[in-house]
Formats: sequence, C-alpha cells, structure tokens
Amino acid sequence: MFSYFVKRLLQAILVMIVVAFVSFSLFNFVGDPVISLTGEDSSIERQAEVREAIGLNDPVYIQFSRFLGNVIQGDFGISYQLKREVSDLIAERMPATLELVFVSALLAIIVGVILGVYTGIHRDSFISNIILVISLAGVSLPTFIIGIMLIYLFSVILGVLPSFGRGEVIDLGLWSTGFLTVSGLKALILPSVTLSLFQMTYVIRLVRAEMMEILQTDYIKFAKARGIKKNTINYKHALKNGLIPVITITGINIGTLIAFSIITETVFQWPGMGLLFINAVYFVDIPIMSAYMIMVAFIFVMINFIVDITYYFIDPRIRIKDEMS
Amino acid sequence: MSLLKVDNLNISYPTRKETIVASKDVEFTLERGEILGIVGESGSGKSTIANAIINLIDPPGEITDGSIKIDKIELRDNEEVIQKIRGKKIGFVFQDPQTSLNPLFKIKDQLIETIQTHLDLDYQDALKKSIRLLEEVGIDDAEKRIEDYPHQFSGGMRQRVVIALAISCEPDLIIADEPTTALDVSIQYQILELLKDLTKKRNLGVIIITHDMGVIAETTNKVIVMRYGVIVEQGDTKELLTNPKSTEARSLVISVPPTNKKIDRFKLISPDGKEITSDSKNLTKKIIKTWGVRENKNQKLLDLIDVTKIFDEKSMASSFSFGSKKETADKVVKAVNNVSFELFEGETLGLVGESGSGKSTIAKIITGLVRPSDGEIFYNSLSLYNSKRKYQIDKSRGQIQMIFQDPYSSLNPRFKVRDIISEPIKLFQKNISKAELIQNTHDLIDIVGMTRQSLDRYPHEFSGGQRQRISIARALATRPRLLVCDEPTSALDVSIQAQILNLLKDIQDELHLTMLFISHDLPVIRQMCNRIVVLKNGSVCETKEAEELFNNPEHPYTQELIRLMPKIESIV
Amino acid sequence: MLLKTFDKIYDTDVGYSFFNSKIAIISSTILFIIFLCSIFAGIVAPYNPFDPASVSLMDAFTPPSWSEGGNPSFVLGTDQQGRDMFSTMIYGSRISLIVGFASILFAMVLGVFLGVTSGYIGGRYEIVVMRLTDVQLTIPSILMALLVNGIAKSVISQSMHSEMAIYVLIFAIGISEWPQFARVSRASTLVEKNKEYVSASRIIGLSNILIMFKHILPNILRPLLVIATIGLALAIITESTLSFLGVGVPPTTPSLGTLIRFGNSFLFSGEWWITFFPAIFLIVLALSINLLGDWMRDALNPKLKMR
Repeated sequence: MFSYFVKRLLQAILVMIVVAFVSFSLFNFVGDPVISLTGEDSSIERQAEVREAIGLNDPVYIQFSRFLGNVIQGDFGISYQLKREVSDLIAERMPATLELVFVSALLAIIVGVILGVYTGIHRDSFISNIILVISLAGVSLPTFIIGIMLIYLFSVILGVLPSFGRGEVIDLGLWSTGFLTVSGLKALILPSVTLSLFQMTYVIRLVRAEMMEILQTDYIKFAKARGIKKNTINYKHALKNGLIPVITITGINIGTLIAFSIITETVFQWPGMGLLFINAVYFVDIPIMSAYMIMVAFIFVMINFIVDITYYFIDPRIRIKDEMS
Repeated sequence: MSLLKVDNLNISYPTRKETIVASKDVEFTLERGEILGIVGESGSGKSTIANAIINLIDPPGEITDGSIKIDKIELRDNEEVIQKIRGKKIGFVFQDPQTSLNPLFKIKDQLIETIQTHLDLDYQDALKKSIRLLEEVGIDDAEKRIEDYPHQFSGGMRQRVVIALAISCEPDLIIADEPTTALDVSIQYQILELLKDLTKKRNLGVIIITHDMGVIAETTNKVIVMRYGVIVEQGDTKELLTNPKSTEARSLVISVPPTNKKIDRFKLISPDGKEITSDSKNLTKKIIKTWGVRENKNQKLLDLIDVTKIFDEKSMASSFSFGSKKETADKVVKAVNNVSFELFEGETLGLVGESGSGKSTIAKIITGLVRPSDGEIFYNSLSLYNSKRKYQIDKSRGQIQMIFQDPYSSLNPRFKVRDIISEPIKLFQKNISKAELIQNTHDLIDIVGMTRQSLDRYPHEFSGGQRQRISIARALATRPRLLVCDEPTSALDVSIQAQILNLLKDIQDELHLTMLFISHDLPVIRQMCNRIVVLKNGSVCETKEAEELFNNPEHPYTQELIRLMPKIESIV
Repeated sequence: MLLKTFDKIYDTDVGYSFFNSKIAIISSTILFIIFLCSIFAGIVAPYNPFDPASVSLMDAFTPPSWSEGGNPSFVLGTDQQGRDMFSTMIYGSRISLIVGFASILFAMVLGVFLGVTSGYIGGRYEIVVMRLTDVQLTIPSILMALLVNGIAKSVISQSMHSEMAIYVLIFAIGISEWPQFARVSRASTLVEKNKEYVSASRIIGLSNILIMFKHILPNILRPLLVIATIGLALAIITESTLSFLGVGVPPTTPSLGTLIRFGNSFLFSGEWWITFFPAIFLIVLALSINLLGDWMRDALNPKLKMR
C-alpha cells in the first residue's frame, strides 16, 4: 500500500518542481525585474547595484535553488505594481477565494450527481428532458454573462441580494470568514451559483453518460436475469460503478472552479486571488503572476493526490493489483 | 405436463428501414431432466428465443405473438410474474464470464443478495448456502474464495460462479447461452459435465444454446436446428445427427470437420441440397501466369530455434508491439518458451494449443509484429531478426503473409475493397501500369470467388466469410510463399468455415504455397495439416505427422486434448 | 444528380438522424446564417462602425428603434460612441468566429498529430507527451490562456501589442485546447493499433507514416469531430471571456465579449441594450454550436442503440 502512495507523492513533487521552474523562468527571462524595481530612468550604476543585490549575476541553478528555498518559506517577492509582499497579498485574499470555491464545488457536485443519476436512469422522462435543456444552457452561457444576468435580476430589479463584495467578514486570525454573518452569506449566494453552474452542467452530463453506459453492460443484464429488483440495480449496482469517474472529475472540478473564480470575482468584485491575478496580468506584475501559478499548481496537485488515495480505497481492482506485485 | 412450453413464438425488431423478423412461429417443449440444445448459425435467432423467455430482449425488439408457459404459468406480457420468476424458477447463464459479474462487489455479496431476493433466509443462512453452492459447482476452498472479487478468478472458475448464481434459488429451468464458447477445451468439458450433473441431481430442465455440433452431440438429449428465425428441424439428438432430413441440418452436420479420419475436402451442401464439388482450379491459372511457375524444391523454408518471448512491463512500453493484447499484464509472462520447429516448402504445419499456449505470439514473431526475447528465426536460411532484434523485412519481401482471425477488424472500414487489395500490389511493383494493376486486382478477387462488383464496395457491406475471402486476396497480392493463418475460421459459421478452408486448400495446391496453420480446433487442424506441433503454456509438447498424432498421441497433454474435444461422432 | 446525392446522404445513419432532428436542422441553419452574415459583413451591416467618418457622438445612447427615443435607422440602438449596435454585433461576431475557428484548428492539428504519433509509436515519446497532456489538462483553459497571454504581452514590445493581439489570442486559446484532442486521438489510435488491419499493413511493409495518417487517421475522425465542435463553442466563450476581462482582442476591433464589457458599465444607468444584444447574440451562437455538437455526439456514437 505504501509503495502506491509514495509513487504518487513523488510524482506530485516532480510536478511542483517543474511548475516552480516555469515560474522561475518567468521571473528571470520575461521582462526585466531590475527596471521594474528601479524604474526606466535609473542610472546604469544603480541598475548594476540592484542586479547584484537581488542575485541576478549568479549561475542559473543557484538562482533556482534560492528561488525554491524562498518559495518553500512562503516568500514570493514584492509586487511590482502594489509594492507589497506578495505573500501578504495572497494570505489576505485566499480565504475569500477558497470559501467561494468550496461552496460552489459542493453545489456543483451534489446537485450535479443527483440530477445526473436521475436523468441517466429515467432517460426519456419529461423532467429529464427539461433538466437536459437547462444543462445545455449552462454549458453555452459564459460565466460572466450568467453573473451579469443574475446581478441584473436580483440586485438591480429585485434588490434582494448584493451585487458586489463579500459582505461583513469576521476575522479569525489567519482566516477571515464570511460564513458567520448574514450579509456574508447573502453576498455568497449569487457568486457561488454563477461559479457552480458551468461545472454543475458538466457533472450532470458526465454522470448521465456513465449511468446510461453502465445500464447496458452484461453484469447489469445478468443481475436483471437473477431477478434483482430494479431499484436495487439502479441505485446500488449501477450507482457504485458510476461514481468512480465522478471522483476523478471532482479533482478537476475544483481546479476549474479556481480558474473560473477569476471571472466570477471580476464580475462581482469579490476580493479574492482571482481578482488579484487578473490585475496582475493587466499590469504585467510578474511576481504575483508567478506566485499565483505556484499556489494554484500546489492546490491542483494536492487535490489530485487526495483523489488518487480515495480511488485506492474505492476500486478493489487497484488495491489487489498493488497487493499482488 | 411439460416444464416449458413455447407456442407460436414470433419476435421482430422494427428498424427504420424495415422490420426484421428474429423468430417466426417457434414451437417446442422441454421436460424436467432433459437437456435441449438449440443450434444454428449466426443470425438464426437462437439467442433471441432464450432472451425472450425471460423477457430480456434488447429494445426495439419485441414479442409480437405466441405464448411461453412454464409449469402452465403464462410468461408473455406478464412483467409482474416474470420479475418473480427470474432467478427463482429460471436461471440464466451468459456467454462471457468476464463481463457477467459486477467487478466492484465480492462474490459473497453477489450470491447473498441473489439468495435473499428470492428466498426467505437471514444473512448467516444465506452465507452458509452460498458456500455450499460454490462447493457444489466445484470451487475448492469455497469458504476463503467467497471473499474474493470476480477478477481474482480464472475464466473457467468465473463461469462456475455464474452457474452457482444461476442455481442459487433452486430454479427448475436453466438457460445457458453459449456457456462454453469463450473457454478452453478442457475447461469446456468440465463445465458441460457440471451442467449434466446438475441436471440429473436436481432434475432440472436445461436449454443450451450453441453453434458447436460436438457440444450438441455430447451434451443434449433433444436438439432444435434454427435458421433465419425458423425451426427447420427438431427431434432426438442421436436421430437428427445420424439422419438429418432438412437441407440446413444436413449442411450443418456435413460441414463439421470429422474428428476420426482425414478427408480431402470439406463437404458442402448447396441450398438445393446437392453436394458441392467444384473448386477454384480454373481461376488460379491466370495468377500462375503472372507469378511465374514455382518449383517445389522441398527445401526448409522456415526454421525456429529456441525462440522465447517474455512479456513484461518494459516490453510493454517498447515501441511497436502490435496486436499484443497483453497490455494488462502486470507480471512477467513467458508467452513462448524455447520453441523450435521447422517448416518445409509445400507442407502445412499446424500449431495447436489452448489460450495462453503461445501460438498466436509465434505467428506474430514470424511476421515481425512482435520481437522475440531470445532465439533465432531463419527464413530461407536468412535470419529474420538482426543482432538488435529488429525485424528485417527486406529479407522476406512480402513472401510471408498472414490471414487473421477477426474478419471484422482485419479490413480497414474506410477503404474500398479495390484499394485494400491493390495497395500491396502497388507497394511491391512501384512502376506497374494502371491497366496491369486493374488486371491483377481482378485476378485476385476472382481467385477468392467473389464478384468484381465487390471491388467498389466497403467491407461493412460483406459477411464474415466474404471478408475473410477479401483478406485472402489481399494476402496473395504480394505473391507470398509462406501463408500464416491465425485461426482464420474460428469466428465463422461451420458451413462458411468449410468453404473457406476448401478455398485455402485449393490455393495452396495450385500456387505451391506453404502454410502455417494455427488453431485451437483439433478436428480442423487434423484436416488441414500434414504435421502438427502441440503447444502448452508456451512450450512444445510434441511434434508429429498429423495422422500419427491423432492415432498415437504420446504426450499426456495431447492425449487429454484429444480425449476431451467434443466429437460429433460420439453419438453416431 | 443533386437529388441522388441527397438520397445517398439521407440513407446513411447519420444523414437520417440529421434530417429527423429538428434541433440539428435549426441549429445548423442558424449557424449558417451567422457565418454568412459575418463573412459578408460589409453587405449585411448597414454601417461600418469602424469607419470614424460614419460614426457621430451625437447619435450615442440611442435606444432600440421600438422604444421611446428610438431611431429607425439604428434598429437596435447605438452604443456610447454612437456606433450602430446591429453593425457592431455583425463585425464583432466575425472577430469571435475567426478567433474561435483559428484556435480550434491550431489545437486540432497540434493535438491530433501528437496524439496519433504518441499512441502509435509508444515508448518514451508517448510517456513524455502523455505527462505533458496530463499536466496541462489539470490546468483549466481559461487559466492557460490568461497565462500565455500575460507572458506574451510582457515579451512583445508595447507598440506591437495591438497588431499581435489576435495572433497571441489564437495561440493562447489553441494551446489551452490541444490536450483534449491529443488525449482522444491517442486513445482511439491505441484501439485501432490493436486491430488486425493495422497488423496487415505492417506485414505488407507499409511505412509507419502511411499507416498512421492514411489508415488510422480516417478511422478516428468521428469522435474528433464531436470534440472539435464542442471545442469551438468553448473557444468562442473563452475568447469572449478574455475580451470581457480586458485581456482579449484590442478595443479597436471589438469582439462580442468586448462589446459586453463596454455595455456593462452602463447596465445600471439604464442603457441596457448595449450589453443585452451582444449577450443574446453570443448565447445564440454558443447554444447553436453546442446543440449541433450534442446531436453529433449521439449520431456518431456506435454504442447507442438505434431506437
């Protein structure tokens, strides 16, 4: 069992190092960090000073290991544009994004799986068709349009929900949460619905396709031939087999949500990492861009690792293959 | 009172173009203690009948007329009753044990669930019963093995588990749809004996659906012969096989390769009942002209010395391992173990063995699709693999060709037949003129007995037997001297098999071809080959002249194979 | 002659499915109209909104012709600079479509080539390509496109930004989409590789390139077509999202996304039409492509049984 985990862990570390390297290259080879720090009109001597000070004259591998060391300690440098420590900026904004993503993920997966299973089992019912039409809309509507429409409907016309910001936030030391206040929760509704819609429809379609395929397999037919009741077949046999791919997509799901949060945060002016990132791209603020890349890669890799472990405990074929070797 | 009474059964599949009649006016009965065989070629509707009895026909098929009564209870159109009867009164066994069991549930859970669905037993009693069932079907160490998952059982063992599931609720009728087709001969024998045993012990009625006449002869009391959805003949097995009356039944019986003697050609019956005796001698005359006469020098054409092939993780990842379905092997598999044999010009050498014997792998090594791990292979005294184990295709230059098993994947579905056949011609004769190319292509399609119109059609428009003919034409396009036939007729109906094998024999005679014939089917091997190599688990058991082998097998494995193969003569 | 070909197409499974699916017919008709309009924008649009001479600030913020204050010569109203909404939408859709098609084409060529070769050749090459695909697949396309865009912007000098923007965008979106083509074509290639017609070609002695691209490729096109169609919708949505965020096409050649961004600032002050119409247009475009892709997936799927 341990060899399986160790292998996965090593792969994860490898990916992180690769991402770190790409990020490092961004720093060094794109644009000129010296000019960004000292300004375009600085003197040549000043530039040389700065260049020496931040270690740009050392060989590449030394610079890279220094970079790695910094990153592990949480030091991502200083934002070109905002002139503050990047790690502070990220720490400030991370809770906002993570809370938003968490709620959206829950919504997308729970609602998605339920509807997906239903439409997979009751293929041609009227309700299924309606769900499918709505899900199609979810895939065709860009997230920002959904956001705008929801704002228009609920904020401008109905005036019941806020159109921007996080509402009141309670500071718990390292983490500031919006879960504990009414206004915080209210502010969470529109952005999380917007963010989850795209993923939800994707989950519905995937689960539906899986269920339909499983229901046509031989072992389901054999179960029918043995007289096993229909509901048992649908919700015990088929479902167990059908949920396996859902676990994989949950991993990818959270990743995509983090990415799409960029859009949602922009539309709702939600003070999270996404908004920070988009501004960084606009102003070509390399430290923030590369820090964002590493943070996000880290979250992806961790999630994939957890997914792999979960797979191990759910699919007996993997467990036994591992035990046999 | 009969256990099962089927009257006037009509089943049809409405498709958008037409309504296909899957079965028409089918009538038969079955008593307890009887084993009924339903036999017919593909498309005869035998599986459909079986599925109809428990109402599991794939949509859009439906029963349009007739009645199905079990112990006087009407089953047709009675979904409620059928739900209760499935598993409880009727047990079903499907063909492929690999896909019949849910891979995520332990055997224990699948058994107990079935038992508790129909019988009023608590968990402990159901568990005890399950263990007893596994013992009854011949699984050793049942108490331990019941905790295993399906993929931990071998094919034969899995089928036993499936049978255990089928009889778990004490049914009166068992329907087995091709229960042994996917299994090796020795396993097949055991499973059929198990079914016969259970029939006697539990006084069951059993229906076995198969295309194998040997199985019918050895297992069944009564038999029904079907063709295109209609029963053409039915009756006592011994009677029908000795004295078939209908043309179809006669055709079936007569096309089966005899197991006890050697014949020159496979017998065939034309649709109007007369025996076919013509052959393709005339057609090969043209080809011989373009190829040039070949002398038969009786020299050694192929020489394999100590050839070994090991499949492991590394060789999986290596490039160009084609057609090797061993991609899922996660331990070391010695597919071929120090195999040596010789092949002389003009002869037909047979490679016979069950699954895992290595015969297919050897074929792939000879044709360059798989690299050997060790050993030498000489063709015409030239080594086929260089020191780096790379296949030297220029040494054989199209002289080695292969005919494959699966007619449905051996032709590129996007190419017209004409292009499939002419491509190799163009490759070997780069400057051939358009007229000559067309002429060659025509000659080849003629020799395999197909019309010239077929050239402009696509493979999916043809039946399995016709596709094999096209494959043969393609193989002949490079003017080969050695033809490797890898189970060329295993996927075909028995009468089509007879046609194709006759064709191969004729072509070999006229064009002086040497053949390496691979099969698991002993009677076919006996009829086709001069000498035979018997393989087991990658090693050679014995190599002998064909008649010697069958009359005087020395190796115990060969003896067992010959003893266990289903023989249609057993009943006659 | 034409009737005969029509008959032949109708007879095939796919053709039959198409002509009997109202959705397929409607969505492809809509798409066809949109394509024609954007190609012949010059003729279809009543004005050229990018010609400064034809635009006047005096006409700014005109509401649609049917509401109060509307002007019949500006059917759907005008934006904040006085440009006719209808015309800007037509020209905008042209940009959206060009970027969408080009990026998917790029992604497909790159992805299919890598996928087929890695599936066929195997070995270390395959492992490397697959790792690359896996890693990139965990990165959502938006993020990928943003990153590539951002990096490109910092590499290209300020003055060239506007000119290169479209190419950078096409490249960015294409790079973010190639992995799915690679993955599907590799999977299909692996299946085909084990089929006996490939073995037969090997035995005959055909070169590997011929086998890959003359024999295998035609057999794996079906699922690729489905992905390409759905990918096209995704590419268009990605482009409009990037433009909405301000990092897509330059404002001088606005796409539908840019137009929506412009209009967003005026949504609350009551000039709803500046956002509304481009949004509807975008939705209809994406929806039609997705519907067509959906129909295609079902029609080309050999596993789904005919009902």
